[in-house]
Amino acid sequence: MMKILLRGGRVIDPSQDLDKVADVLVSGDRIAAIGENLEKDRETKVLDVGGCIVAPGFIDMHVHLREPGYEQKETIATGTRAAAAGGFTAVACMPNTQPVADNAAVIAYIRERARAVGVVRVYPIGALSKGSKGEELAEIYDLVEAGAVAISDDGNPVMNAEVMRRALEYTRLFNIPVISHCEDLNLTAGGVMHEGFVSTILGLRGIPAASEQVMVARDVILAGLTGGRLHLAHLSSAGSLHILKEAKSKGVKVTAEVTPHHLCLTDEAVIGYDTTTKVNPPLRSEEDRQALEEALRDGLLDVLATDHAPHTEEEKDVEYDIAPFGISGLETAIPLVVTRLVEKGRLSWQRLIEAWSCRPASILNIPGGSLKEGSIADITVIAPDWEKEVDVDTFYSLGKNSPFQGLKLKGWPLVTIVAGRLVMENGRVLY
Amino acid sequence: MNVKAQIMDADKMRRALVRIAHEILERNKGTENLVLVGIRRRGVPLAKRLQRIIEEIEGVKLPLGVLDITLYRDDLTTLSPHPVIHSTEIPFNITGKKVVLVDDVLFTGRTVRAALDALMDLGRPRSIQLAVLIDRGHRELPIRADYVGKNVPTSLKEEIAVQVKEIDGVDQVLICAVPERTAGP
Amino acid sequence: MVLKSKHLLGLKDLTRQEIELILDTAGPMKEIIQRDIKKVPTLRGKLVVTLFYEPSTRTRTSFELAAKYMGADTVSIATSTSSVAKGESLRDTAQTLAAMGADAVIIRHSAAGSPVLLARYIKASVINGGDGMHEHPTQALLDMFTIREKMGRIEGLKVVILGDILHSRVARSNIWGLTKMGAEVRVVGPPTLIPEGIENLGVKVFYRVEEALRGADVVNVLRIQRERQKKGLFPSLREYALLYQLTPERLRLAKPGALVLHPGPMNRGIEISPAVADGLQSAITEQVTNGVAVRMALLYLLIGGGR
Repeated sequence: MMKILLRGGRVIDPSQDLDKVADVLVSGDRIAAIGENLEKDRETKVLDVGGCIVAPGFIDMHVHLREPGYEQKETIATGTRAAAAGGFTAVACMPNTQPVADNAAVIAYIRERARAVGVVRVYPIGALSKGSKGEELAEIYDLVEAGAVAISDDGNPVMNAEVMRRALEYTRLFNIPVISHCEDLNLTAGGVMHEGFVSTILGLRGIPAASEQVMVARDVILAGLTGGRLHLAHLSSAGSLHILKEAKSKGVKVTAEVTPHHLCLTDEAVIGYDTTTKVNPPLRSEEDRQALEEALRDGLLDVLATDHAPHTEEEKDVEYDIAPFGISGLETAIPLVVTRLVEKGRLSWQRLIEAWSCRPASILNIPGGSLKEGSIADITVIAPDWEKEVDVDTFYSLGKNSPFQGLKLKGWPLVTIVAGRLVMENGRVLY
Repeated sequence: MNVKAQIMDADKMRRALVRIAHEILERNKGTENLVLVGIRRRGVPLAKRLQRIIEEIEGVKLPLGVLDITLYRDDLTTLSPHPVIHSTEIPFNITGKKVVLVDDVLFTGRTVRAALDALMDLGRPRSIQLAVLIDRGHRELPIRADYVGKNVPTSLKEEIAVQVKEIDGVDQVLICAVPERTAGP
Repeated sequence: MVLKSKHLLGLKDLTRQEIELILDTAGPMKEIIQRDIKKVPTLRGKLVVTLFYEPSTRTRTSFELAAKYMGADTVSIATSTSSVAKGESLRDTAQTLAAMGADAVIIRHSAAGSPVLLARYIKASVINGGDGMHEHPTQALLDMFTIREKMGRIEGLKVVILGDILHSRVARSNIWGLTKMGAEVRVVGPPTLIPEGIENLGVKVFYRVEEALRGADVVNVLRIQRERQKKGLFPSLREYALLYQLTPERLRLAKPGALVLHPGPMNRGIEISPAVADGLQSAITEQVTNGVAVRMALLYLLIGGGR
C-alpha cells in the first residue's frame, strides 16, 4: 500500500480544532495518523513540509469546467489539473455547459470523464430548471441519483420567484442546497461593471449593487417560506451581507460564498478597460470589498469559492462591452487570499481552511474537510513563504483570463494529495 | 551665442533698408499694385520698416501682410517638438498684385520656397519679388533675392543672427559660431 | 510645447497646457479654412483612416476635411456595430490598418474603451472620435475653442451642460476639459439621466433647468436620443421638452449674451426651440467650422512632425 509521510508541517484542521506542528501519515486513501516523529517504512514517500501549512484538502464549490460543449475554454482534464495546481482536491462544477447539465445523462458524462481524465474529485451540480431557462424545474431526483450534489442555474438568475420557491421546496426531499446566482436582470440592464463613479468616468454601463441585493432579499424570504437550503453564490456587495445576517439570525437555512477577486479587487481595476476584470457580479467598491472581508472573517460568509470561469484569449481580447464575464481563478486563488488577507493578519489560517475545506464539504455533504484519522486522504499543503509572480502562460487551465497577471504573490500551494495519491508537488501536476 | 563679429549696427541696418526701399520703388516704377508680405518672425518687423520708409518717400502706405510658413516647411518630420503655428494675416487679395516678400536672412532658400507655395495658395499674384537683409549664400534651391541689404560670405559653421528692436530690443546683425553638434544646414 | 501622448483618447489625460496648445494651434487653422484654396501641404503623404463603427456623417466628414485640408490622404472604413460581434475583431482590423500604413486612425465606436484597445494594437496615432458613453474629446475641444473665440476666455465662466448627461460622451469630455480650463461647470437633466457620482468631477448638479441657467455664460444643449424614452428613463419626449427644452424665456435667465452650443444633430422643438437654435446667441453653425479647425490642429500636433 502506498504511504506518504508529510513531515514537520503546521497541521491545521478546524474540524478537530487542531493546530500544531506534526507529521501526517497517509496510508492508502486514508489518513493513518497525525503525531510527532511518525515512523516510516521503506515504501513510504517522505515529503519534508517544514514551515508549511498542512490542511484538509481545499474544495472549490464553484467552478466552470466548460465540458461538455465549450472545450475550447476548458476541459475536465485541464480544469482539474488547474485545480490540483491551485491546491484544490475537489471541485463542484456548474451546469451551464452545452448541453446544460439538466439531465442525468450529462451528469453521468461529467462524472465519467472526471474518472477517466480528472486528477481531482469532481462533483457535478445539476441545473435547477430545464435548459437553465428558469421556467420549469429540471428532473432533480434524476440529477441527484446521477450524482449531482446541488442544483443551480448559475450564470443566469432564476428571475421567476415562483420557480425559485418550488426549487427550494422540492429539494427538501433530497437535502441538497439550491445555489442561487443573485441578479435582477432588469436592474442589470446590459451593464458590464459596477455602477458607481468609476463606471461614470469610463462610460461603461453600470450594474447597481441593488441588482444583487433585491434577489438576495427575495431568495432568503423564499428560503424562510419553504425551509429549503439556500446557498448564495459569489456575493459582492455590502448590502447583501446585511440581508444575509438578518436571515441567518432568524434561522433561515442559508449559506453564502465570496470569491478571491471580490476580496482583492475593486471597480478601480476596470480603469484601462482590461477585459480580464470583467466578471459577474462585477468588482465593486472599496466599501463593499471591506465589508466582504469582514464578513468572511467573522463567518457570516461561510465559504470561499473561485467562480473559476475560463474563456479563450480570442473571446476576451475584444471591446469591454462584448467580452464575456469571468475570471480564470483556480491557479491564483489561494496565494491571493494568503497574500492579501492571511499574511496581513486580516484572516486566520483557521478561517481560511474552514471556509475553503470544512464548510464546502458540509454544505455539499461530500467527503473531505477533515484530517481525522480514518478520513479520506485529501490534503492541501501551502508554503506561506513561497513567493513568485503570476504567469498565465504557466496555467494548466486553458483560460488565461486573469487580472492578476504579473502580480507577485506569496503562499503558493506546494502539495496536493487526492485520495492518498500525490497529484501535485512544487506547483507541478504529476498526472 | 558665440559671437564672432558684428556685421551691421542700427545705423547700417537703417541705411540698407532705405536703399532697398528705393530699389523697390525704382524697379516697380512707383507703388501701384505693390504689396509687402513679411515672413514670420523677423521678416515682419523688417517689412513694417520698409512700409514706413516707402510712406516717407512716396506718401503712400503699402498694404502689409504677415506670412507663417510653418505648415509649408519640408523639414517638419525631422523636427521635434513641433514648431508652434501662428496665423497668416494677409488682409487683402494678392491676385494681380506685385508682392514683395520680406525676410531677414536668405540661406538655403527653403524658407522662401515654402513662402512661395504659401503665397500661391492664397491667390495668383502678378509677380513675387524677394527682399532680404542678409544673403549668406549656400543655396540648396534655385532661388535668388531681388533686393539684398548685404551679401555676407559665411561658412556652414557660422550662423547669422539678425536682431531687431521689436523682438530683440536692439538693431544689429551678428555672425556667430555654431556649436559643433548642430553644425550644417 | 508638444503633446505628451501620440494618441488622443480622452481629455481626462490632457493637461491644461496641452488643451491650450491645441486651441492655440486651431486658430491659424481656421484661417486656412476660410481661404479660397483650402489646402496646405503639411501632411502630404500621410494616411489618415476614419474607422467608424457607428454612423456619424458629421464627425467623419469633419475629420476627413481636416485631413484633406492638411494635405493628407484619407480612407474611410465604415462598419455597423451590429456586425462587430460576428465580424472581424478590432485586433484584426488594427493589423490591417497597420499594414496599409495608416499614420492616424480616428475611431468611432459604441463600446467605451475601444480607442484604448486600438491604441494597444497599432503604432499609428489613435484619435477617439467618440466611444460609447466614455469620451468625445474633439467635440469638447471644438466647444471650448468656440467658447474662447466668442467669450474671449474660458476661465471663470459658468457653463451649463443640459440634457442626457448619463449617456453623453460629449458631456464627459466637456466636463474634463472645462474644469481643467477653470470654468464652473453645471450639469442639469432629469435625475434618471444624471450619472452616479458625477459631482466628484467637480461639477454642480441641478435637476431644474431654470436654476442651472441662472447667471450662466454658456449653455451647451445635448441631443436627446429617442431610444432613452423607450427604455423608460423619462415618460415622453413631450414631457422632456416641457421640463428641459431651451426656450427663449429660459435662456433669458442666463447672462445677457450667453452663448448657446449644441453638438448636433439637433432635435428642434425637443431639447432646443428653433428660436434659440437660430437666434443671435447661437454659435451652432460656427461650431461646425471650428470642428474642422480643431481637428486640423490635432492632426498637425499628432502626426505633423517627427517623433
